[in-house]
Amino acid sequence: MTYFKDIYYAIKSLLTGMSVTGKYFLNARKGAITQQYPENRATLKMFERFRGEVVMPHDENNEHRCTGCQKCELACPNGSIEIIWDRQVDPETGKKKKVIDQHIYHLGMCTMCSLCIEACPTDAIVWAQNFENSVYDRTTLTKVLNKPGSKLMPGVED
Amino acid sequence: MDTPILRNNFKSEEYQINMGPQHPATHGVLRLLLTIDGEIIKKVEPDLGYIHRSIEKMCERDSYQQIVHLTDRMDYLSSHINNEAVCLTVENALQLEVPERVKVIRTIIAELTRIASHTLWWGVMGMDVGALTTYFYGFRDRELINDIFEETCGARLTMNYNIPGGLMFDIHPNFVNRTKEFIAHFKTKLPEYDLLLSGNIIFQKRMQGIGILSKEDAISYGASGPVGRASGYSCDVRIHHPYSNYDNVKFNEILKTEGDTLARYQVRILEMWESLSIIEQLIDNIPEGDFFAKTNVVIKLPAGEYYQKVETARGELGVYINSTGTKNPYRMKFRSPGFSNLSLLNHIAVGGKIGDLVATMATLDLVIPDIDR
Repeated sequence: MTYFKDIYYAIKSLLTGMSVTGKYFLNARKGAITQQYPENRATLKMFERFRGEVVMPHDENNEHRCTGCQKCELACPNGSIEIIWDRQVDPETGKKKKVIDQHIYHLGMCTMCSLCIEACPTDAIVWAQNFENSVYDRTTLTKVLNKPGSKLMPGVED
Repeated sequence: MDTPILRNNFKSEEYQINMGPQHPATHGVLRLLLTIDGEIIKKVEPDLGYIHRSIEKMCERDSYQQIVHLTDRMDYLSSHINNEAVCLTVENALQLEVPERVKVIRTIIAELTRIASHTLWWGVMGMDVGALTTYFYGFRDRELINDIFEETCGARLTMNYNIPGGLMFDIHPNFVNRTKEFIAHFKTKLPEYDLLLSGNIIFQKRMQGIGILSKEDAISYGASGPVGRASGYSCDVRIHHPYSNYDNVKFNEILKTEGDTLARYQVRILEMWESLSIIEQLIDNIPEGDFFAKTNVVIKLPAGEYYQKVETARGELGVYINSTGTKNPYRMKFRSPGFSNLSLLNHIAVGGKIGDLVATMATLDLVIPDIDR
């Protein structure tokens, strides 16, 4: 007798479960959080704090805010940032001043921990919301963040 | 050939097979060496080391700010709580008082992390025993929490939102509203979990009476988290050694006495209700103020030994720092919940069948990078 009782309760609880799935089946798109990713690329907007990759914004005069203080390089836990710098004589004051030559960023090694951006005293580097980082050759993941011929923005001191 | 000789040739013999490291039910690269007789398990030997990244050694190289992001990669489903554990240890060592706002936000996000971890566990748990629907339902609700994290912390899984002294940046203006929306949403969805899986008689009969762990064994094996509490071992760090803001909220410790897989399942489902109630108590009263306490750029801990434990989604995580007064720890050790919970697998799986082992492992909720580090 318990055998048939078990079957009865099993089918009953299965139907209870299927009432939940059936409800979603009938209202398939209501409350769905699935995004049609490659199709919605034009409208897809990431959150402003999303950590995609580190970039260095330049203004219209090709000037950036990096003074070459190397605080980001020190803060980075795994050596993703390398700064090649030199001292150059400032024509206005006549003093020698640190100038960056290349701000090298290894995206392939970056763990997106945000420590470099917190460490930067002049907000020279920020997060970009780009997330499509796959490439065919990993050497292309090593990037030079400052644009060729760019200068330090006047008035930026660390 | 004569039949009696044939019968003599077919002696029952034990043999060994590998389960994993690429087995879908081991949730990661865990290799189990099973000694079995027919389908009855005689011995389970976990073989670790497939995802060992020497995080403890790397901690000796890094500064205290840099250590935090490595702990994301241990138990990636409760990464915020891991970060919190390291930060609390460093703050205790520095005797640094963090602002109330930090404590409340840390508690809220830790509980959100716990819910996210348990919903993911519920999904894969159902899938391990053959219910595919739960996977989609679990991930649907976890997605909303991930959105909250992405908006506030900037990352969905490896958040690195804590720094020694506080938080990396303040919460996003939408954080409170989104969290409230999630609570309202999840309160309607959690009963569905019961309708779908918990209330199912077939599921209950499958889970009852397998993988039984007694209270004495739970204590002697060092079980913690939902695994220990399902055996009646009151081991919630949040209650016994409150940290952050847990001493100001009211919640119950879920205890079951059966100690079988179904009890572990029910403990986690009920814990999600408790987490919701903790968030509800705090979300309206986030105090104003700073989101960090100022620390030196180079943190040097006074020489000595420091230990702090927290309750992650899987159990008790302990962080031990041995400092000699320099900017790096001399030795850093993590007591991970997954390692202790894995050690009792041999004890509870012997005598069962291979199918029972899969269900048992699913309720232990193992995260392999947490075990290997």
